Amino acid sequence: MNIDTFLLVEKTVLILIIILASMGVAAYATWAERKVAAIMQDRVGPSRAGPFGLLQPLADGGKLFFKEEIVPNNSTKWLFMLAPALFIFTSLLTSAIIPWGPDFTIQTADGARSVGLQVADINIGILYFFGVVSVGLYGIMLGGWASNNKFSLLSSIRAASQAISYELALGLSLIALVMLTGTMSLREITAQQHGFWADGYFTWNVFKQPLGFVIFLTCTFAELNRAPFDMAESESELNTGFLLEYSSMKMGMFLFAEYINMFISSAILATLFFGGYNFPWMDQVAQAVPSGLFSLICVVVLMAKIVGFILFFMFIRWTLPRFRFDQVTKLGWLGLIPLALVNMLVTGAVVLFILK
Amino acid sequence: MTLHEILFWILSLWAIVAAIFVVLSRNPVNSVLCLIATFFAISGHYILMNAQFLAVVNIIVYAGAIMVLFLFVIMLMNLNTDTEPQKSRLIHFAALISAGSMLLLILAALRTAELTEVPVSDAGDIGLIEVLGKTLYTDYVLPFELSSVLFLAAMVGTMVIARKETSKEEVPSDNK
Repeated sequence: MNIDTFLLVEKTVLILIIILASMGVAAYATWAERKVAAIMQDRVGPSRAGPFGLLQPLADGGKLFFKEEIVPNNSTKWLFMLAPALFIFTSLLTSAIIPWGPDFTIQTADGARSVGLQVADINIGILYFFGVVSVGLYGIMLGGWASNNKFSLLSSIRAASQAISYELALGLSLIALVMLTGTMSLREITAQQHGFWADGYFTWNVFKQPLGFVIFLTCTFAELNRAPFDMAESESELNTGFLLEYSSMKMGMFLFAEYINMFISSAILATLFFGGYNFPWMDQVAQAVPSGLFSLICVVVLMAKIVGFILFFMFIRWTLPRFRFDQVTKLGWLGLIPLALVNMLVTGAVVLFILK
Repeated sequence: MTLHEILFWILSLWAIVAAIFVVLSRNPVNSVLCLIATFFAISGHYILMNAQFLAVVNIIVYAGAIMVLFLFVIMLMNLNTDTEPQKSRLIHFAALISAGSMLLLILAALRTAELTEVPVSDAGDIGLIEVLGKTLYTDYVLPFELSSVLFLAAMVGTMVIARKETSKEEVPSDNK
């Protein structure tokens, strides 16, 4: 097997694993959401399908597939069908740039070969992330418009204005991070956060950019359309908004894509601010175990961080009430953007006068 | 044909067909979607020319932000064939003449233009973000700063126009 075929096989396998894992995590995130809600509200939650209701996602999926599919009469049909596909497609795109673990070596016929656990190491990873985030909005906008329903249209306009407002603060909060790390490649950002403690300070970016992290986290909530920012779907005002006319698996795809988005955003949060796959005393562990096992441990560590973030998202959802729409825009424009600008200025001054 | 050429032709065909549909489509939403497809094809061209930064910024700014606002406005305007404004014959005639003279101008320009081989740099890193940043902030720092002031002026201008309307009519603001 020559090198190129090997690379092709390696990447294909990696992509398949990542997509299947995203789907699996998203499916069980729906179960976890219901369990978390149940625990927080002193209920039992799903408990009939399998032990602890663990087969509930399968039952939900099966139910959605067999539901009657309704396309509204006066809708733009091809856009109505395109929207959920576009939404789930863009939600999966970001997973390509996340470094899931360090490289490990395997023995092949040609000798030792290093296998990377990242689909594409592009040097503008953060910008790619922005690009996907900004394009991801089309699924909601087209879905809302093509439904030919006032509530859906209102919902997509709310979603669009909210996403555009928070994308600015999202970008500004990351500029400070980029100033500090000096790179836009997620692989290098992760490499810089090696271990946990170096040169008398924490290596993880959350300790270097605490304000940036808080701004980024808030904007992630808004971009994910999750409570307390779920203006686009608010059941009590818009009857779930852009999902209103969707039924069967088309609605399932929208819901599913939101959970995939939550998984990928948690991965981005963990990678940018919480050290990615790095963990304390990783050098000692790396010496003790073979490289394949070490990579696996790193992947497990990253997954643990991701699950932690997903649970945090869920706790917030079942703790805080929804903002009013004007409060959402006000927080974005008058709160987060000036704060992110100040953070950027302070970081710039620190980089210029102290670190250099 | 190399892979590079195949990609070039696919992207060019995609860009041209999508751009034609922007003009031909009767439904403004379809036009906007075709324009987005055109932007993606152009971003593909940028990547072929090894200008990754331009490609991504094109997606973020044009496909991601500006076209969303376009779509936003068009969706709210409720445009369809019933409410389409009927233009007078004089305007049709004027449009025909201006489009015709534009075509003439382009033809005249193309006839005298020299076909030159555009060098495609595969190894060059001119489009990468580090090089681009250095160039912008050393050689072209004055035009760069001037254009940012221009953008700021445009933003302030928008604010001024938007403010004036609300203060004149004194609408009781119910959104605090």
